Amino acid sequence: MATDSNEILEQVTQSEYKYGFYTDIETEFAPKGLDENTIRYISAKKEEPEWMLEFRLKAFRHWQQLPEPEWAHLHYPKIDYQDAYYYAAPKPKKELQSLDEVDPELLETFNKLGISLEEQKRLAGVAVDAVIDSVSVKTTFQDTLAKHGIIFCSFSEAVRNHPELVRKYMGTVVPYTDNFFAALNSAVFSDGSFVYIPKGVRCPLELSTYFRINAANTGQFERTLIVADEGSYVSYMEGCTAPMRDENQLHAAIVEIITLDNAEVKYSTVQNWYPGDKDGNGGIYNFVTKRGLCKGRNSKISWTQVETGSAITWKYPSCVLMGDNSVGEFYSVAVTNHFQQADTGTKMIHIGKNTRSTIISKGISAGRSNNSYRGLVKILPGATNARNFSQCDSLLLGDQCGAHTFPYIEAKNESSIVEHEATTSKISEDQLFYCNQRGIDTEKAIGLIVNGYAKEVLNKLPMEFAVEAQKLLSISLEGSVG
Amino acid sequence: MANIVEQHTLPLDELLMQQFREQRSLITAHDLPAITSLRDKHFADFEQNGFPHNQLEKWRFSRITDLLDETFEHSLQPEDVKNKNLSEMFRCEVHNFNTEIISVLNGWYYDTNGGYHVSEEGVIVSGLRTAMKQFPDLVEKHFGTIANSEHNTFVSINTALVQDGVFIYVPDNVQVPRTLQILKLIDRTGPHFVQNRNLIVIGRNSHLSLMHCDDSINHHTSLINTVTEVLVQENASLEIYKLQNLNDNSGLVNSTFIRQLADSNVKTVALTFNGGYIRNNVQSFLDGRGAHADIMGLYLMDKEQHVDNQVRVMHNQPHCTSNELFKGILDDEATAVFNGYIYVARDAQKTNAYQNNRNILLKPTAVVDTMPFLEIYADDVKCSHGATIGQLDEDAMFYLRSRGISKANARLLLMYAFAADIVNVIEIEPLRVRIDDMVKKRLRGELSVCENCVLHCSTPEKDYHFDIDYSKI
Repeated sequence: MATDSNEILEQVTQSEYKYGFYTDIETEFAPKGLDENTIRYISAKKEEPEWMLEFRLKAFRHWQQLPEPEWAHLHYPKIDYQDAYYYAAPKPKKELQSLDEVDPELLETFNKLGISLEEQKRLAGVAVDAVIDSVSVKTTFQDTLAKHGIIFCSFSEAVRNHPELVRKYMGTVVPYTDNFFAALNSAVFSDGSFVYIPKGVRCPLELSTYFRINAANTGQFERTLIVADEGSYVSYMEGCTAPMRDENQLHAAIVEIITLDNAEVKYSTVQNWYPGDKDGNGGIYNFVTKRGLCKGRNSKISWTQVETGSAITWKYPSCVLMGDNSVGEFYSVAVTNHFQQADTGTKMIHIGKNTRSTIISKGISAGRSNNSYRGLVKILPGATNARNFSQCDSLLLGDQCGAHTFPYIEAKNESSIVEHEATTSKISEDQLFYCNQRGIDTEKAIGLIVNGYAKEVLNKLPMEFAVEAQKLLSISLEGSVG
Repeated sequence: MANIVEQHTLPLDELLMQQFREQRSLITAHDLPAITSLRDKHFADFEQNGFPHNQLEKWRFSRITDLLDETFEHSLQPEDVKNKNLSEMFRCEVHNFNTEIISVLNGWYYDTNGGYHVSEEGVIVSGLRTAMKQFPDLVEKHFGTIANSEHNTFVSINTALVQDGVFIYVPDNVQVPRTLQILKLIDRTGPHFVQNRNLIVIGRNSHLSLMHCDDSINHHTSLINTVTEVLVQENASLEIYKLQNLNDNSGLVNSTFIRQLADSNVKTVALTFNGGYIRNNVQSFLDGRGAHADIMGLYLMDKEQHVDNQVRVMHNQPHCTSNELFKGILDDEATAVFNGYIYVARDAQKTNAYQNNRNILLKPTAVVDTMPFLEIYADDVKCSHGATIGQLDEDAMFYLRSRGISKANARLLLMYAFAADIVNVIEIEPLRVRIDDMVKKRLRGELSVCENCVLHCSTPEKDYHFDIDYSKI
């Protein structure tokens, strides 16, 4: 039986990426390479105000001083930052009024991805902002949202139409000095989404951004800013895919969330960038800085992520719990297969009194991949009665993969309670035997067990996403779900 | 005493480098050739990297730079002990506990019986310097083979300059009946940098139990850099109890490297009661199938004391098991760091590894940083780790209070129970009773760096207990 399950595990871990097609859309590029001229080019192309260009240049000059971080448990050849395009936009770029005006090739792309803008508009009640190669191509449902005073638009539109909001909040959670990739993003970011929920508004729709890298040899640098004013609520979803290519592509994003008093933001990600083929060629290098600031009292930020893609993942969605009684949550399933490497986790910084945080992280490694959880729980002296619970489990499928855990816990307040637990194991033969005995074949049993293992996190996803996430989980581990 | 370098202006690293360059012939005078070349290699490493600084990942929670700023002396020759009453200094009176005492004063091995001792069964106890002369084959075969200086250049400078320490050799099939007790005392006026190097080799199917006590006699600043290499061969077993009771001005960097072969069994228990800055590095290499390691620690710190336990367990072979448990109680402005690291190599299947760190903070100013890491490359393993930071259990507190026990006593009782998990793993009964006593004293704040050493707590006959009416519980 052991050999049986080994064979099936092998099959399971040999699957291929299904979103690897490339769409032939006419694309406009910035000149290859990165210097101040590239940044001026991007800024001019986007007709940005002076202060924005200033911000970019400051970030760029800072970035030039920074060494690339090497502390993560990741191994990849040095990235040549001059050998990539920093701006690529589908052509022609003009203001779109309805879906009919969107390039049909592009629509086809989204249809193939199962992100039918058309259909979504009619049925799902999800407002979608689609970002392809760094530029937002279409945002749906803007009218409905406007009725509630909600702003949901591309970042460049926000810079044009709501400069006061952007200036007030941009860079306050992730300053450009934060880290190497945040500085890079701040210098060259091309677009992204902007959300503002006014006081007391509960957003009636789930907001969603779909990111797609299409063009070759480009980096994608988008930036998301979500501001939830007092007493508001929004659920935000993010998905991403890319074509299959032999070379590696760089993705460095920033997400900033700010919640004021009594506000709540739920941010869900299904990350499915191209992970590279089964020999480890190609794939996206994903270096993302995501951070939420619970600025107000009783505010809450919840991160849920399903990470199945990318050759390299470097991502730590974090919560700074500044307001008293604020709550931070992090739920994550990270699947690595073939030669993928993930170093992902979270930071929970407790500053306010009675702040609470929960971390549930489930790692699944297969093939020759390496999957690391890296987390920080920090209780500052003022965080009286802070409470944290962390659980990070790893599941190993196959004897060539690795699962690692690097939690940091710093407690500087005696009234806080911090708990961390973690286990690492493989699918137990007893569980498999039990399933087999009930007539469930080994392949299905593995799917069942993996899904059960990840359930705690999948349950936290919005319904529309949960379905996709479960599908992805089964694709990543091929056919394991019956 | 002309060859003792008296430098009062140089920073420690420069002083040590200058000593090595200028007095290399003195340093290597007693060496075996292999050791001299090892010294050169480690010196080059130290020259390049220097002492660890506060920005390094492995050192940023245990900032050592301030301590290194002190102007230390470092001597390359043993001092004259004619005026000191050694037997009085090294008197150890653990009640009902018969140990064989190995005396190390300011880093130098002292023995009135000519420098080394070989028992009937062939157990060798010797100073390291003497051993290089008397047992060159044994020393050359094992010295420097287990210790490594990764993330820890204290090992490099130790290897480069160290002059003495303890050498213990247990031949195959010998159960050493008496516990060996290494008593290390620091008795110097003025800030002193002291290095020790211990080499312990346990033969197949043999057993040894060892106590390793670090104590200071006075309140002068010292920085002690101890490196211990231990080889435990097939089916052998070893217990090491480390007792650390230093004054608040002293620093101790204690690096222990243990290599275990098949079916061997090692238990190390680090009991840290006092000390200004204590860093314990333990690296366990499980290099044979069926090896088992228990690595335990208890730290009870107060004032501005700092303790850091860096534990690395390398599961290099299948079917090995390890168990780490570290517990600490922190009062006042004390700080504690725990960094556990379980590494499971690619083919080390059927590994079972457990790691736990539990802390209680008593004051708002106490700080704990805990990092329980796992790095796993094999799939058929069971590894788990946990860490908690919290306070005394409120429910338990309430229960005790409701039985009429005063708050202060209930607190003591709960802390004592918390510490008991570690104390109870001590297998030598008289020692356990003694440690138990010490824990009680420490929790009541009555155990300071005492007259001589921890173990001669002034009145060993007197039993120590809390004023608690147990019948009520």
